[in-house]
Amino acid sequence: MAGAVSAIFLLDIKGRILIWRDYRGDVSSVQAERFFTKFIEKEGDPDSQNPVLYDNGVSYMFIQHSNVFLMTATRQNCNASSILLFLHRIVDVFKHYFQELEEESLRDNFVVVYELLDEVMDFGYPQYTEAKILSEFIKTDAYRMEVAQRPPMAVTNAVSWRSEGVRYKKNEVFLDVVESVNILVNSNGQIIRSDVVGALKMRTYLSGMPECKLGLNDKVLLEAQGRATKGKSIDLDDIKFHQCVRLARFENDRTISFIPPDGSFDLMTYRLSTQVKPLIWVEAQIERHSRSRIEIMVKARSQFKERSTATNVEIELPVLSDATNPNVRTSMGSAAYVPENDALVWKIKSFPGGKEYMLRAEFSLPSITAEEATPEKKAPIRVKFEIPYFTVSGIQVRYLKIIEKSGYQSLPWVRYITTAGEYELRLI
Amino acid sequence: MSGHDSKYFSTTKKGEIPELKEELNSQYKDKRKDAVKKVIAAMTVGKDVSSLFTDVVNCMQTENLELKKLVYLYLINYAKSQPDLAILAVNTFVKDSQDPNPLIRALAVRTMGCIRVDKITEYLCDPLERCLKDDDPYVRKTASICVAKLYDINAELVEDRGFLDTLKDLISDNNPMVVANAVAALAEIQENSKMPIFEITNNTLSKLLAALNECTEWGQVFILDALSKYKAEDAREAENIVERVTPRLQHANCAVVLSAVKMILQQMELITSTDMIRNLCKKMAPPLVTLLSAESEIQYVALRNINLIVQKRPTILAHEIKVFFCKYNDPIYVKMEKLEIMIKLASDRNIDQVLLEFKEYATEVDVDFVRKAVRAIGRCAIKLERAAERCISVLLELIKIKVNYVVQEAIIVIKDIFRRYPNTYESIIATLCESLDTLDEPEAKASMIWIIGEYAERIDNADELLESFLESFPEEPALVQLQLLTATVKLFLKKPTEGPQQMIQVVLNNATVETDNPDLRDRAYIYWRLLSTDPEAAKDVVLAEKPVISDDCDQLDSSLLNDLLANIATISSVYHKRPDAFVSRVKASVPKPDSDDITEGSEAGYSESPSHVTEATPVPGSSSLSSGTQPALVPDLLGDLIGLDNAIVPVDQTSPPSGPPLPVLLPSSSGQGLQISAQLTRRDGQIFYNILFENNSDNSLDGFMIQFNKNTFGIAAAGPLQVSQLQPGSSTTTLLLMVISQNLSAGPPSSVLQVAVKNNQQPVWYFQDKIPLHVFFLEDGRMERGVFLETWKSLPDANEITKDLPSAIVRNLDATIDHLASSNIFFIAKRKNANKDLLYLSAKTPKNTIFLVELTVLVGTPGIRCAIKTPSPEMALLFFETMETLLN
Repeated sequence: MAGAVSAIFLLDIKGRILIWRDYRGDVSSVQAERFFTKFIEKEGDPDSQNPVLYDNGVSYMFIQHSNVFLMTATRQNCNASSILLFLHRIVDVFKHYFQELEEESLRDNFVVVYELLDEVMDFGYPQYTEAKILSEFIKTDAYRMEVAQRPPMAVTNAVSWRSEGVRYKKNEVFLDVVESVNILVNSNGQIIRSDVVGALKMRTYLSGMPECKLGLNDKVLLEAQGRATKGKSIDLDDIKFHQCVRLARFENDRTISFIPPDGSFDLMTYRLSTQVKPLIWVEAQIERHSRSRIEIMVKARSQFKERSTATNVEIELPVLSDATNPNVRTSMGSAAYVPENDALVWKIKSFPGGKEYMLRAEFSLPSITAEEATPEKKAPIRVKFEIPYFTVSGIQVRYLKIIEKSGYQSLPWVRYITTAGEYELRLI
Repeated sequence: MSGHDSKYFSTTKKGEIPELKEELNSQYKDKRKDAVKKVIAAMTVGKDVSSLFTDVVNCMQTENLELKKLVYLYLINYAKSQPDLAILAVNTFVKDSQDPNPLIRALAVRTMGCIRVDKITEYLCDPLERCLKDDDPYVRKTASICVAKLYDINAELVEDRGFLDTLKDLISDNNPMVVANAVAALAEIQENSKMPIFEITNNTLSKLLAALNECTEWGQVFILDALSKYKAEDAREAENIVERVTPRLQHANCAVVLSAVKMILQQMELITSTDMIRNLCKKMAPPLVTLLSAESEIQYVALRNINLIVQKRPTILAHEIKVFFCKYNDPIYVKMEKLEIMIKLASDRNIDQVLLEFKEYATEVDVDFVRKAVRAIGRCAIKLERAAERCISVLLELIKIKVNYVVQEAIIVIKDIFRRYPNTYESIIATLCESLDTLDEPEAKASMIWIIGEYAERIDNADELLESFLESFPEEPALVQLQLLTATVKLFLKKPTEGPQQMIQVVLNNATVETDNPDLRDRAYIYWRLLSTDPEAAKDVVLAEKPVISDDCDQLDSSLLNDLLANIATISSVYHKRPDAFVSRVKASVPKPDSDDITEGSEAGYSESPSHVTEATPVPGSSSLSSGTQPALVPDLLGDLIGLDNAIVPVDQTSPPSGPPLPVLLPSSSGQGLQISAQLTRRDGQIFYNILFENNSDNSLDGFMIQFNKNTFGIAAAGPLQVSQLQPGSSTTTLLLMVISQNLSAGPPSSVLQVAVKNNQQPVWYFQDKIPLHVFFLEDGRMERGVFLETWKSLPDANEITKDLPSAIVRNLDATIDHLASSNIFFIAKRKNANKDLLYLSAKTPKNTIFLVELTVLVGTPGIRCAIKTPSPEMALLFFETMETLLN
């Protein structure tokens, strides 16, 4: 099942080569052209946009980032998930180096790009993609030193994500628990899918090689320890850990122990598929008064406890593409017509729990319509919001112990926030 | 940290190369470094800077790591074109491989392994040997991969120097990254070797499982992929392995998760405890669901794999159908795959909700997605008997929306529903007939006509309805014509009154005399005979009971499914094809970027969409035909009627396949086990189609027929195919004589040859081949020097066309001349210009098209300039194509 890619191509939006690196000598630069012809030729045909394309003995896998295509060509049966993920990771690496990954930044840094492509992959096998560590020995012009760099120990260490000798005056850890609520409500008002995806986002500024242990109100763990569950304990469906977490240990006794990378990273993500009540419920009624006038009435209701407040609420209401002359009134917040998205966006800065707000909008429609009207794109209502100091799951960080041989003290700062993810309510 | 490298791309007006040369030899370090950057910038934009080879290599000895890396990069690109000069770099390489800095040692072996020049490779062995035992793990991990590189260039050398054993020792290395790379290298070497090199034993297994906990995410993927081939000895061992692997399901890296899933599924085959299996299924579900929150591209790979997993173990995701509901912003390729999985997971329990979703999708804007959603409703109806009625009512609701393509798609699936549940839902026919006028797609029309014919006795005005189609009979597409023919015959047999009798006369006349479609004509003659000899027998045949269909169009057969499951996460699992159907490993030392001739064939199987919905749609009518007729009878009848007997040309059936293997045009994975490889060849002044049939299916196949579509050259079979019955597992080759007819296709010249092959057991297979122009070149195409010169002069300059063939190569002039002569491209003269050779050649086709050729070659270096002069410049492209094939 061994399989390696033959080359990586970085292409501009028109498919021209910006930089390419040949790893195996069995493809040529012609491949970029072939890929792009294949890509263009079937545009409009949904199957063609597949991220894996085949042409003439060569398989192409690609992703797009701003105005750059990152594409690999291979003649073998390589691990598609690994390669596609790898492409996303090198986007992260490039972004770490050049802030933005785009045509211009690649051209401006082609020397470093070549160096990185040499290090992240060898003979078509992904090698090393920790941007932070890479930047310790591959530097851009401004930071380049005359003394020759050595490969940091971390590259080949079991702890491949952190270098030794990190020093901070003040040792701090920030832990953000971010839950995003995905919900899909069909046109009958039924919730057909809802789940919560949570992430523990960490920013660590710790010296040395700190050994960390995280305690959550994990039901399985608390029950196993026979502890009376004081307060709420939660049952997480699927947990995914950053590579720094010792998975075997977690499997054994549910302990989350790790040596963190330096800086920010996602320590863990989890998913909860229990049905959640929509935190913000939106109902829309559309009335066509005559051929040329349409009226929309929208009710938005917050369905969480009064002590919490949603902030930066944005309700995007789809509007017919040929509607004009909006006339909008709201009981709270402001609404703006965004014709380029065919939508009316209603923004409410602060939306406390247990409240209900209204919006009423009127549009003019052209009095003539095409005879054979093609079906109008039926976009759903989409909602964005943030509710600080609140989580749907009730997850709690019970402790975060940090032990380092120099013996410094450090306290974690923990924040909780709930946001809307894919929050869609289909219109009638 | 933004750089300003773009300045290196700006070119200095004239004399760029000499100027760079000067700068490269500057006494100032910084100037040299800038010059190398300019050289690399030029290389990046595709300029040929190989002439600066010596000057760049001179900059190699430097303390500056950045400069060194750039020079190395230059070497990787140009060493091949300057093999003699490459030796200049060897000393520095060897020296660098002993540098005190591990970064430089690793860089040296890594780069040397990428330079595919024999002279460098010879010198690579000693440094490699040292680096494999280096103290620094960074060097060892680089050296491990380098063994695979060397094996790719020169396998013998690797074996002779004992690198394989060293590599195997590295599996026990104390550094996890070294272990992972050693595993990747060994796995690759094993794949290309027939000898057992890397066999996972009990001992290596436990070492690798231990390393799994410590190596990088990519390394974990290498190890899991390699281990998934391991066959546990018994259930207990399998359980142990699974236990060690399950923690990987919690990894944030999706590739690690998928590879772990693959390994668990493999081991589950051996596990007997049902509790354990149930438990594992429960454990795998959440991580599989979580993959759907990954980046769209990964989601796509995951969905293609989930499609396989649910076929094997439907229980895993039986309760998770909701997660496959489409989100508004999902890319279309994700939506399509989700739909496919929703159909698979649909059950009596969730069908109501699923139908609501499908109905929602059927009103979206993307036409292809909408069609697929409508089809999905039909497939659910066929799959779930108890839900069929609800599915039909949703379809009827959709028909009422009167969106044209929705209506047509709905009618196509309703026809399938009628076949699945005969005599159950005929009450809706009236509603369907209302939309009759709006149908304009052949498949929808054909379906509607089939329905009318099948239920002619219950539709009062069936004859009127069919008659309305008859007027346009000659203009209808073949699919519709065939259905009209059968439906009219059915109508006549059911209602043998005057009206239908007249109709049948018209149809039979149209379908025999007026048509040039052999399928239609053949079918019409059979009906004609049946009706005129024994109408009762005709009834038995035409109105015979049809076998019930089922929705298995997307079920893969179990051996293929198991092979694909062993390849989870790989490209094979994305295509749903076995790796040998698309892997085109070319030996890299002979670069062949344009190896059309080898791989073109498999494309035909590829370009179609992964889901084979259409394939499974039964062609109504044709089944009614074959179910009643003796298959053996058909060819006889045909031969008799059309008088083909005397056209049969003796063919050399036993001729063994000579020369290189034929390119596969229809891989067995897309031919339901039938594999067809073929190529046009010229022998003794005649053109033959050399075909190899391999029957890998479980049934014996007979009644082979072949047909060629119109093409640029009017090439067609001289007689019918002579292939007798093909037993399962057997193969046969045949040489089919081809003739050049006057039946040419319109449009610009194209080398495409479309072929259809059918037999009595399978549907018709269509595939594409390429016509190599050189099969037409005549044996007497040789030209005298004088004539050549005259002709060259007499042709206007506009008829001269030049093309660079970048990958073509001439290693030996005489051999190439002989090779071309064997394809009837004849050598006339040659001359030398600087270090290049110019060859003059000529060729002639039967239509007296002459090609005068001038080849500019540099012996041993890829890249040939080919200039031709011909009175038919439109053929130039095809000529270049064939030249490229011949010179690769």
